[in-house]
Amino acid sequence: MTGPIDRRRLLGAAALGGGSLILAGCDRLNGSAGFRSLLQEVEGWNMASQRLIGGQRLAPEFSIADLSPDFRANGSRSAAGNAVWEGHVAAGFANWALRVDGLVRRPLDLSIPALAALPQQTQITRHDCVEGWSAIGQWTGPRLGPILRAAGLLPQARFIVFHCADTLGSMPYYESIDLLDAFHPQTILALRMNGQPLPVRHGAPLRLRVERQLGYKQAKYIMRVEARASLAGLYGNKGGYWEDHSDYPWYAGI
Amino acid sequence: MRDGDFMDQANQAEGPNNPARTMVRRHRLSTRLWHWLNVVAVSIMLMSGLMIFNAHPRLYWGRFGANPDQPWLEIGNAGGQGFLRIGSFSAETTGFLGLTHAADGSPVATAFPGWLTIPSTYSLADARLWHLLFAWVLAFALLGYLIWSLVNGHIRRDLHITRAEWSPRHLWHDIKEHARLRFPTGLAALRYNVLQKIAYCGVLFVLLPLVIATGLTMSPAMDAALPFLADAFGGRQSARSIHFLAAAGLVGFFFVHIAMVLLAGPFNEVRSMITGQYRLPAERTR
Repeated sequence: MTGPIDRRRLLGAAALGGGSLILAGCDRLNGSAGFRSLLQEVEGWNMASQRLIGGQRLAPEFSIADLSPDFRANGSRSAAGNAVWEGHVAAGFANWALRVDGLVRRPLDLSIPALAALPQQTQITRHDCVEGWSAIGQWTGPRLGPILRAAGLLPQARFIVFHCADTLGSMPYYESIDLLDAFHPQTILALRMNGQPLPVRHGAPLRLRVERQLGYKQAKYIMRVEARASLAGLYGNKGGYWEDHSDYPWYAGI
Repeated sequence: MRDGDFMDQANQAEGPNNPARTMVRRHRLSTRLWHWLNVVAVSIMLMSGLMIFNAHPRLYWGRFGANPDQPWLEIGNAGGQGFLRIGSFSAETTGFLGLTHAADGSPVATAFPGWLTIPSTYSLADARLWHLLFAWVLAFALLGYLIWSLVNGHIRRDLHITRAEWSPRHLWHDIKEHARLRFPTGLAALRYNVLQKIAYCGVLFVLLPLVIATGLTMSPAMDAALPFLADAFGGRQSARSIHFLAAAGLVGFFFVHIAMVLLAGPFNEVRSMITGQYRLPAERTR
């Protein structure tokens, strides 16, 4: 009755049944609020440990020879549909100005010539997408830190929010970083890429480079920089489009 | 006695009546705990890792690599057929890789199928949440186990591969014995043979540390903190490829390991990894 074939079949069926039970269990866990909050707890461990080990260390920089021949454009490839931005594109961004406001003493409006007149920093860095791919590009623009200093951050300011002209679905794109990353020496507002004015598909006229985090933090089509005390009360309260939309971690160092 | 080395236990095991039936303590508590913790952690890491791979099912060598660049491995679909391409080799894999079919027969474009991934339907964000939690479990369990095994002598006594065992003659002898499925019996069954040692040391000291180090290399913040990592692996995309290959190595170990457990007597082997108690296989008479 229980020949080797039967036993083998039984074992196979048990393995198959066990396997699908485990999968179903994982999917159920994945949907349970308690387990998800444990999963999301890890973002804090990652941020604390990486800040402890990394401090304000610099992201690796590369040479011209390392540049990606064709830097993949991802996410929004244009902010078309936003009439204000479309008007700026038509005018060659001549009337465009970056608004710096929120918890600052002196709100600023910085035109492209004004941004270009600030000390420029050029860095060749690697862009790492959350999906796994990487591209190396050269970025040029003013550092964010001195711009925030010029605006005079109020003591309550804890986060810097980047409001963008592009939308995904019907939601405006936005991102945010804390002051440690905002004042990191490699955090720049890039006006140029690979020696050319920033192309539309890469976020013209201005995108963020926060080099120790993943690609979705590198906001494109920036229109406004806002200093805030908290990320609550803004769109989905999680500090960024993908954070609100898909539970991507706000701290994207890994 | 609680956790002595195998030979001590073996001496104790030589009772006057029917030594073949003697139960001996085979695995230390630390080994058993780590083993089962690792079963959970490695399974979740592999399955959530396959879902993360699904977000960009292409592997590259070098510092950068994205859709415009040439991958050395790609899983995808074209013209209603799934394919796996490695270099110039290409195979149709519809139903398993690149393209599967849902219960209602509708095609699902996915590199690895849902029955292999966590979660079972596409979510890069959720797979990363699982992967990055169990990465901590995997890494700290390994670190703790290695330290404890150094302290309690497990590495020195049981895993250390002696000069004699490295000799080609000894290796060849063990390979022949394995090929004939003649496993050590009696007291010899209490010690790891050299092929076992190579497999276990390969997992403990090569594959797991490699998969952890290449995993860290994919983090942009870790690359700033520890820039030698990416350099050591030849760039982030090379590290990603090595991460995948090391994971494949762990899958290979898993299949050989399960096959060996089944061939050596699954009940006795699994019991010894749960309770620590192991029934000595009878001495071969010839």
